[in-house]
Amino acid sequence: MTSPIHATTPGGFLLVLAVILPVCAVLAILACGPRSTVRIAMLTLAAGLAVAVAIAVELVSSGAALSYVVGAWQPPLGIALRADGLSGAMLLMTALVVVAVGLYAHVQYGLREDARNQRAQTTFWLMLLALWSALNAVFIGEDLFNLYVALELLTFAAVPLVCLDGRTETANAALRYLLFALLGSLLYLLGVGLLYGQYGTLDLLALSRLSRSDPALSVALALMIVGLLAKAALFPLHLWLPPAHAGAPAPASAVLSALVIKAPVFLILRLVLDVAPPQAAAVAGQLLAVLGAASILFCSVMALRQARLKLMIAYSTVAQLGYLFIVFPLAAGGTGLPPWETIAWTGGALQLISHALAKAAMFLAAGVIIQVYGHDRIADLGGFGRVLPVSAAAMGLAGLSLMGVPPSGGFVAKCLLLTAAVIEGYPWLAATILAGGLLAGGYVFRVIDRALAVPAGALPSRRAVPRRLELAALVLAVAAVLLGLVPLRPFGILQIGRGGLAMAGLP
Amino acid sequence: MMLLFDLALVASLLALAVHVVVEPDERSGIIAFLAFGLLLGLVWARLAAPDVALTEIAIGGGGTGVLLLRAEAAIRGRGKHEEPMTRTSKLAAAMGCAAISVGLGFAVLSFASPAPTLAPTAVEALPATGLGNPVTAVLLAYRALDTLLEKIVVLLALIGVWSLAPDALWGGAPEVRPSAVPDPLAYLARVLPPFGVVIGVYMFWVGADAPGGTFQAGTVLAAMWLLVMMGGLRPPPETAALPLRLALAGGPVLFLAIAFLGFAFADGFLAYPKALAKPLIVAIEAALTVSVAAALAMLVAGPARKAPS
Repeated sequence: MTSPIHATTPGGFLLVLAVILPVCAVLAILACGPRSTVRIAMLTLAAGLAVAVAIAVELVSSGAALSYVVGAWQPPLGIALRADGLSGAMLLMTALVVVAVGLYAHVQYGLREDARNQRAQTTFWLMLLALWSALNAVFIGEDLFNLYVALELLTFAAVPLVCLDGRTETANAALRYLLFALLGSLLYLLGVGLLYGQYGTLDLLALSRLSRSDPALSVALALMIVGLLAKAALFPLHLWLPPAHAGAPAPASAVLSALVIKAPVFLILRLVLDVAPPQAAAVAGQLLAVLGAASILFCSVMALRQARLKLMIAYSTVAQLGYLFIVFPLAAGGTGLPPWETIAWTGGALQLISHALAKAAMFLAAGVIIQVYGHDRIADLGGFGRVLPVSAAAMGLAGLSLMGVPPSGGFVAKCLLLTAAVIEGYPWLAATILAGGLLAGGYVFRVIDRALAVPAGALPSRRAVPRRLELAALVLAVAAVLLGLVPLRPFGILQIGRGGLAMAGLP
Repeated sequence: MMLLFDLALVASLLALAVHVVVEPDERSGIIAFLAFGLLLGLVWARLAAPDVALTEIAIGGGGTGVLLLRAEAAIRGRGKHEEPMTRTSKLAAAMGCAAISVGLGFAVLSFASPAPTLAPTAVEALPATGLGNPVTAVLLAYRALDTLLEKIVVLLALIGVWSLAPDALWGGAPEVRPSAVPDPLAYLARVLPPFGVVIGVYMFWVGADAPGGTFQAGTVLAAMWLLVMMGGLRPPPETAALPLRLALAGGPVLFLAIAFLGFAFADGFLAYPKALAKPLIVAIEAALTVSVAAALAMLVAGPARKAPS
């Protein structure tokens, strides 16, 4: 027997807690009933945030990846969990967004008119916690079947969030989302079966050492990536996303748009980078970049044309997602560096995180606007900045990040990607990045323009919208802006734990 | 002789599959789909995978079939306002399926021979679990984390279905009894459950050493409970009822409790102390069987239709 691929590291148990703590809370809520729901949820938010911070601290202090071999059964028979630097950053981002959204929802459901709605409230908390568990499982999973289970958990937690309000149209959107997601799962699972048939293991680290150009591998990767694209809603598989994300209640929209679609993107990244042999990775990278560029251009134009605020934000999600896919050819470029040491890689990671923060902030701010105005028709929101200055500020700051205007995380991300595109000789990608920024400027300014406009009639009263409700969005938007202060160079933390991998994905 | 049987099996599977796709009448299509599930179970049995065969027949044939039939019955009453599929989208679906089939065939034919397999490793490690059925060892020892999370997925699906109830009915009871119970159904509801419960418990009990296990046993028990509810012998419980919620959460809770005890008494999360491995696994399976049965039956029963008392 050769030495095992995975060995449990000190602090590895934190990975188990990251996945299992929210699950414990789901079961506790189910068993204890509605009276303790909010208390359990609040407690779990605090504990989960602490676990994510502890993992990040452990990663930085040890400078090596965290691993845990579940039940001490070595892969390939058993399952391992592993967090490298990128996983750690994802865990932390997820915790931040989930906690902010949770606090927002806590205030919103505490308002008098919402307090009676037990159904939506209980379902929301159960699904939010399950979703957190699923996201953490995706970010630290090392076993392809375990990742399939994590994706299923994610789907079944995300779909009910879409139709929380019980209207027929949102139920239709949820059903469409479910069908796309299940089709994606099926294709992914087919690919997993093929990989097991070819290599006899499902462990990503083991696969990265075994994989070579096989027909079975190419078919498997094609199936899995297409399946994951359906879940990630990249153009042209994005049709389910706008109605689903726009129809959900604001806190649900925020987690769906900021976090849920990032999970399949993360898995595509791992498949292309860690499993695909160099040639296949190069071809896949080019194709993904074309789709990404199409996403940016098409869906930015769509966002510009929307009359409703939440639909506009939802289309902007598909557009911003496109930037994550143009990273592939840029990071695998000819500079001789491993992908995770390139500026494109750092740019992609920053784009992922800053979009999550900015998009969650926008949806939460939109939720406050709907609470006050009772609708989200952009044309009729004239002067909303006077009624809701904090939300308008959050919307504006988050918009800076989407446009890529300094100082913001989005600016640094897009600047790095643009530089990489120019250096690597992809002028069409550079042009797409610039055009995408202009279009984003267009749709963000439509909202800002309404915020600053002179109101046409009497302004609505704030009714019972406490200041606390607006704070969550502002905090997230400020965090997205603060990301812009990181230095413009490859990020040390994103390289933790990558060196041990075989250089699959390198040309 | 067996070759002839296999050929007949494959031919009827293909014929049924085509029938399911082209049949315009939904109910007839669903019944063909049920038969398809049963035949597919036979195929798995022929491939020497009895555990998969049992699951396919129970879930793929039985469970899904009942769900589809109930959905069809619910839609049939109302006026149809469906948009028929256009020729282009039919063609696109056909092309997509054909491309996937060709790809799969291509990939499967290119596999190394003999294919790498973990089956010997799984059998070698059996003594550490005290089990005799390697499939159960995979589900509850080697890959227990997957099984645990899958049970949570089933619970989420159930909560998702419950959340479709109108606000006023949240926490109320679903309705599965037809307005008039046909005599054969009432008769079956009295006669079958005693046998079904014995079969279900047996399937769970032998699962440790022979084909069978929680999911198959849970499905049989769920079917019996549904029969009792459909026959009108017992009303479905309110979805907020404490005993129901405890039955649903009980299996995963016990699983998690034993998993955490592994930190203190074994090699970590989800590890069992060697001497106690088998009793612990059987205890988890028992609790999971109850949870799976309750969850599947309530999934078929659907969201609440009566206001909570």
